[in-house]
Amino acid sequence: MSTNTQLPFAISLELDSSLANKTGSWRTKRPVYVDRIPPCNRACPAGENIQAWLYLAEEARYEEAWQALVEDNPFPAIHGRVCYHPCESGCNRTKLDEPVSIHAVERFLGDQAIKHGWLPKMKPATGKRVIVIGSGPTGLSCAYHCARLGHHVTIYDAGEKPGGMMRYGIPKYRLPREVLDAELDLLVRMGIRFVQSARIDDLAKLMETDRADAVFLACGAGLSKKIDIPNWHARHVIDAVKMLRDIESDSPPMLGRRVAVYGGGNTALDAARSALRLGAEEVVLVYRRDRKRMPAHSSEVIDAEEEGVKMKWLSTIADLQADPGRDTIRIEKMKLNAKGQPEPTGEYEELGADTVILAIGQEAETGFLRNMPGLQFDKDGSLLVDQQMMSGVAGVFAGGDMTPATRTVTNGVGNGKKAARCIDAFLAGGVYEKPYTLGSARGDDGVFDPKVKEIASFDRLNPWYYTDAPKHIQERLAGLRRLDGFAEIVSGLDETDAMHESRRCLSCGNCFECDNCYGVCPDNAVIKLGPGNRFEFNYEYCKGCGLCSVECPCGAIKMVEEKI
Amino acid sequence: MKSQRLKFYQTGTFTVGNRLLSDEMRSVQATVDRNNSLNSGHRACQGCGEALGARYAVDAVMRATNGQAIAVNATGCLEVFSTPFPESSWRLAWLHSLFGNAPAVAAGVSAAMRVRGKKVTVIGQGGDGGTVDIGFGCLSGMFERNDDVLYICYDNEAYMNTGVQRSGSTPPTAITATTQGVGEHPGQEFGGGKNAPRIAMAHGIPYVATASVADLRDLEEKVTTAVGIRGARYIHIHVPCPLGWGSDPALTIQIARAAVQSGLFPLYEARHGRLVKATKIRRKVPVTDYLQPQKRFAHLFGKTPNVAAIDRIQAIADANIEDYGLLDSHEDPPISLQI
Repeated sequence: MSTNTQLPFAISLELDSSLANKTGSWRTKRPVYVDRIPPCNRACPAGENIQAWLYLAEEARYEEAWQALVEDNPFPAIHGRVCYHPCESGCNRTKLDEPVSIHAVERFLGDQAIKHGWLPKMKPATGKRVIVIGSGPTGLSCAYHCARLGHHVTIYDAGEKPGGMMRYGIPKYRLPREVLDAELDLLVRMGIRFVQSARIDDLAKLMETDRADAVFLACGAGLSKKIDIPNWHARHVIDAVKMLRDIESDSPPMLGRRVAVYGGGNTALDAARSALRLGAEEVVLVYRRDRKRMPAHSSEVIDAEEEGVKMKWLSTIADLQADPGRDTIRIEKMKLNAKGQPEPTGEYEELGADTVILAIGQEAETGFLRNMPGLQFDKDGSLLVDQQMMSGVAGVFAGGDMTPATRTVTNGVGNGKKAARCIDAFLAGGVYEKPYTLGSARGDDGVFDPKVKEIASFDRLNPWYYTDAPKHIQERLAGLRRLDGFAEIVSGLDETDAMHESRRCLSCGNCFECDNCYGVCPDNAVIKLGPGNRFEFNYEYCKGCGLCSVECPCGAIKMVEEKI
Repeated sequence: MKSQRLKFYQTGTFTVGNRLLSDEMRSVQATVDRNNSLNSGHRACQGCGEALGARYAVDAVMRATNGQAIAVNATGCLEVFSTPFPESSWRLAWLHSLFGNAPAVAAGVSAAMRVRGKKVTVIGQGGDGGTVDIGFGCLSGMFERNDDVLYICYDNEAYMNTGVQRSGSTPPTAITATTQGVGEHPGQEFGGGKNAPRIAMAHGIPYVATASVADLRDLEEKVTTAVGIRGARYIHIHVPCPLGWGSDPALTIQIARAAVQSGLFPLYEARHGRLVKATKIRRKVPVTDYLQPQKRFAHLFGKTPNVAAIDRIQAIADANIEDYGLLDSHEDPPISLQI
């Protein structure tokens, strides 16, 4: 405002800037910056903030990206290889060209961390002691997160080496053991104590001698389910779990020329593909239902077929001896009823098999806990826990495959993380609460309930701004060359490709500082706060037109009704 | 300012800025120290395309001239909403005289600056009413004398300031206060109006370009190019008007984009009367994507859509695509613009 009272000739009013005119009063709706949950994050069983670490990787800030990643999952190099990446099935980019190859970037970050020896940030020691039983993905994840939160952790495990199913269940061609050992070493460097070849008989006593404040049971489901097939002793029958364990311990079983694998899960496929690598000439997978209803991941089925595994859908093994004179088994054809369940048809055929590998599911071994009063079990032997993952005994938590769960490595890691947070809350005398729930954010007066978050679905994006950029394909060993041994099939991305891949991220629901809102506002009512600090609305002048919201590529601006 | 299209980042260069781009690859509008030549507090309607286009263009002028620019404004929305005496939103030397004489006044200011030995860029600016109709004699004179002025027309296709009356730039079938939606041929007649940038080209002046608020990079590049040329220059910018067009203020840029991507508003550059460059369509859309969100064309989409009229408008777009070669090296596949 000019204070000059001496006005120029013929001028009757003082000059002023239009800044005196606060056009914000015109507004009936106001734009608000929000962080929505990208579909990848929502789909991740380990609860990773994928968009956040891709954002850092885009700028080649790989160590920070890794730090953001290991807030949730300590094993990116492992997961980049073995996870079935449900994040990519959810990826909004699928609707533009192809999903971001999230697992490939994750693997790159994990491999970088191993190369450079990065260590996660840890909270100061609390003096509390936690025991973890079982060093599979769930136990390791819980141990890792407890250690990060400052608790002293000891892991007891029955195996000769740590890793659980990651070592004794997943074949080397999917997870090289150097990678597994390197990421396990991270936990050692964090001060976690490993006690291997330790079978626990008396948990109460162990807690007392170890002065443990809490214990987490994650002993997995290492027992194969029992099944009864006529003429059991007529064929060489082995159990898939034991077979995979024996291969790891360098005492692979003799299989003969023709092998039948019975089952349709990922373990069945691991066993079938390993059998080929052990020299079997003909491997046939026998499964009761059809391909669509198979619990195994489709990528595994494709890989197995590429390598030469034959599939016998809608079939069951009725007898291990079809004809006493020949090495064959009897297969009964099945059909699906209206509910999609298999039913016998009474039609039989013969299948030549020197060895039959059984992979019909696993269950938890909880016998050693039966003498502990207060614990409750499900019919199939899994241990029952409450919402806080605590069993009937205070301070005794359980998770992973030994409780009712989806049995993949990534689900295990997510489960272990949740357990660690519940244990941490318990040790502080409280209860763990989820940081937010999903729903529709109302945002009266632009104030949001931070505990309710919206999904950044594709319809919230403005796809105009994204350029086409097909994903980089990871090189793979050709099907036949794979069978020479247990070499890793899929190779990693180099830095250029990993950066390109992370830059394909649409940053759904989270500002990535493209300056669009700042540029398209006809009223200069967006304040740019500088790199990393995003933007702010100047509500004194914002007229509430909503241009910024429509032109935001990633859907990070929400228009909410103004209270008038 | 470089204007290379980057294909490998998240959003290429289609967004205003991009934190992954080097500073010189970012637009003027992405910078914290942009001039904000048309400042906050102006009284343009919500989502005004003209206010946006004017800031885009004049900020680019201020960047290219290092702040040494004077603007002469015709009467119209741009003048009325920015400068209700004694307030003004303009952050540069700015002059307003009459509705029809802005090109002549600008030519005079330019001459005066030359006489005083000052190196100042003079821009004239106005809406389509002040430029294409009322000021056209003065504009044509400025062109044929090759006065050293960059004239920018913000085309919102009618007299919006006085209540949406038709202008020489109103497109066929558009309803305005003076082309009502009645009779056998509702709205503006086919075959009426004039193509101001083509007429400017016919003067053989050093530089003529069309631009759109939907393509900021292209707009800034053209303004910067024009500032670097001496003589009469003309830039015609397409700016949607939510009030006059009956469109959602939030869709201003989407609608401008549909005009460009359908071929109805071709983006091109001409030097000395010859077409030198056309901006290619990235994702072609039918003209209905442009027409349907606007109430001024609502009569085309009633219970019985006026297919004949829509087809004639599509034919105009298709002719533009052919005449200006808008579809060569078209790489991105079609995608809904989600209007």
